[in-house]
Amino acid sequence: MRYLFKTRYEQDLRIARQPSDLFWYGLLLAVMVVFPIVAGEFYVGEVAGVLIFAVAGVGLMLLTGYTGLVSLGHAAFLGIGAYTNAVLLAQGVPFAITLPTSFVVTALAGIAIGVPTLRMSGLYLAIATLAFGSIIGNVFSKWNSVTGGFDGFPVQTPTILGFRIQGANGIYYTSLVVLIFVLWLAANILRSPLGRAMVAIRDSEISAQSMGIHLAKYKTIAFALSAGITGLAGALFAHYVRHLAPDAFDILLSIQFVTIVFIGGLGSIHGAIFGAIFVRLLPQAIAIVRDDLPFGIGRMPGLEPSLFGLFLVLFILFEPGGLYGRWLKLKQYFRSFPMYKGSTFKRQKAYAKSERLR
Amino acid sequence: MQDAARILQLVINGSAAGCIYGLVALGFVLIYKATEMVNFAQGDIMMLGGFAAYTFIATLGMNYWLGALLAIGATALFGYLLDVLILRRVIGQPQFQVVMLTLGLGFIFRAAAGIGWGYDSIAFVTPFTNKVVRAGGLVLGQDNLSIIAGTLVLCGVLYVFFSRTRLGIAMQASSQNQLAAYYMGIPVRSVFSMIWAISAGVAAVAGILLSPVSMIDVNMGGIGIKAFAAAVLGGFGSIPGALVGGIIVGVVEQLSGYYLPPGTQDVTSNVVLLAVLVLRPQGLFGQTIRKRV
Repeated sequence: MRYLFKTRYEQDLRIARQPSDLFWYGLLLAVMVVFPIVAGEFYVGEVAGVLIFAVAGVGLMLLTGYTGLVSLGHAAFLGIGAYTNAVLLAQGVPFAITLPTSFVVTALAGIAIGVPTLRMSGLYLAIATLAFGSIIGNVFSKWNSVTGGFDGFPVQTPTILGFRIQGANGIYYTSLVVLIFVLWLAANILRSPLGRAMVAIRDSEISAQSMGIHLAKYKTIAFALSAGITGLAGALFAHYVRHLAPDAFDILLSIQFVTIVFIGGLGSIHGAIFGAIFVRLLPQAIAIVRDDLPFGIGRMPGLEPSLFGLFLVLFILFEPGGLYGRWLKLKQYFRSFPMYKGSTFKRQKAYAKSERLR
Repeated sequence: MQDAARILQLVINGSAAGCIYGLVALGFVLIYKATEMVNFAQGDIMMLGGFAAYTFIATLGMNYWLGALLAIGATALFGYLLDVLILRRVIGQPQFQVVMLTLGLGFIFRAAAGIGWGYDSIAFVTPFTNKVVRAGGLVLGQDNLSIIAGTLVLCGVLYVFFSRTRLGIAMQASSQNQLAAYYMGIPVRSVFSMIWAISAGVAAVAGILLSPVSMIDVNMGGIGIKAFAAAVLGGFGSIPGALVGGIIVGVVEQLSGYYLPPGTQDVTSNVVLLAVLVLRPQGLFGQTIRKRV
C-alpha cells in the first residue's frame, strides 16, 4: 500500500486524493465523450447499458458497501423509477421534471419499506426487500390502467432544452451525465458526516450508536438514497429498453445488482463501475461462446443466473475485495515489484460474533 | 353448513401447505439458532431432496419408505458436507456475506438439478397419490393428510432427539452459548455441521411429502420465500413458532385464494411477511433481546 502523508484536514476531504488522479480521470472522461464518435452504434448501446447499471450499482454500493445492509429487491426500485418516468412523460410532463421525480418517488418507496424493517437487524431487510420485490412485480403486471400490464408500456422519446434524446448516442450521453452526477453525489456524501455515519454503522452498530448515531434514522436515509439513485437508473433504463415489460423487474435483476456490488468490490465506488462492466458483459460473453460449449451447456435454460451465482460464491470465498480489490493487489505488486508481500492483503482472522445477548 | 364444511376443507388443505412452509422454516430456524447464519438455499435443498427421492424410488425402483429414508439420509449428508466444505469458511464474516453466499449456492443447485434431472416437472408414485378420505361432508386428499401426519411425526422425533439424546442436548448447548459449550468439551464445529445435516434432512422430508401434491421441478425452491414469511411470523429463532407461522401462512393463503380476486394468492405470503414486520417485528413467539457490550 502506498500511504499518502496528510498534513491538513483539507487534504482528507479532497475528492482527488493526488494531482495525478485529476489527470487520469480527466483522460477517462475525454475518452468516454469521444467514444460514440468512433465506435459503432451497437457498442455505444452496450456501453450505455453499462453506464445505467453503474448508476444503480453506485446506489446499491452506498447501501451494501458502505452501510452494510443488503437489499434483494432493488429491481423493484428500478421498476418504480422506470414506470414513474414513463407514465409522467406520457402525461406530457417534461423530462427535466420526470427524472428528478422518479428519484423522489423511488426514495419515498424506499422510506416506506425501510421504516418498518430497519429497526430490526439487517437480515430482516434482506427478507423484506425480497418480499417487496415480488409484490411490486405483481403490481406492475396487474395494474393494467397505469402500467399496461403484460402488454407493456411504450416510453416516449424525451426532450431536454429542445434536444430530442434519441438513438444510442442520446441515451449514452444522458446516462454519462447522470452517472457523473451520481458519482459526484456519492463522493460528496461519503466525505460528509452522513457518509461517515454510514461507514460507522457498517463497521459496528453498537459503537456507532454509542457515538451518538441514530441507527434507524441513518439506515433509513441510506436506504432512501440508495433506492432513489436506483430510481434514477430506472428512468434511464426506461429509455434504454423503450418498451417497459413488467417481467423485466424480477428477482434475477435484483440478484444482478447485488452481484455488481459483490463482484466489483464492497466498499469502493470503483467497484460499482467494475461490477457493472462485469455483469453487463457476462451475457455477451456467454452469447459468443454459447455454441462452442460442450454437452449443450450453452443451451441450458438457467445458465445466466447460475453463472452469476457461481461467480458470487467464488468471489465471496476467495476474493472478498472483489475485482477492485484484485486491481489494488495487482497495482501493489508492480509498485513494490521485487518486494511484494502476500500478507499485506491477508484476510483478517475472524471468529463468530454473536448479535444476540449472552 | 355447506359453507362451514368448505371453510374446514380449505383450512385443512391450507394447513397441509402450511406444514411444508413450516418444515422449510424449521430448517432456517435450526441453522439460525445455532450459527446465526440464514440459509437462503433452504428451498433449493428441499428441491434436491425431492429429486433424490425420485432417483431412489422411480429410477431405481425401490420401495417408497426405503427410498424416502435413503433420500433423507443422502440430503442430510449433503448438508453436512456443505457446511464442512463451504460455509465453515465464512464464519465470522458479516452476515450479508452469508446471505449472498447461500443465495448464490441456491442458483448453483438449481442449475445442477437441471443438468442432472432435466427441467420438466416429474413425480413418483407414493402410497398417498390420488387417494381420498371421506369424512362427514369433507373430501380430503390422502396426500394432504400425509403431509400433516408426517410433520407431526417428524416434530415428535425432533423433540425427543433434542430433549432426550446426548447429541441433541449438546446441540442445544452449542446454540445457546458456543464458548461455554466448547469449554464443556462439546466439539462445536462438528455439532454445527450436524445441525446443517438435520436441517437439510428436514428439508428433504418436506420435499418428499410435497411431491404427491405438487410435482418436483427445478424451481420449487421458490417456496423458500413463503417459508421466510412463516419463520418471521413465528419470530425467527423459535422452533414451534416456525411451524405455527407456517400453518398460519398456509391457511391465510388458501382462504385468500378462495375469497379474494385471482392473483392475490401469489403475494399473500409476502403481504403477511411485511405486515408482521410492521405490526409485530419480533414475531409471535420471539423475544427481543439487546446485546450487552
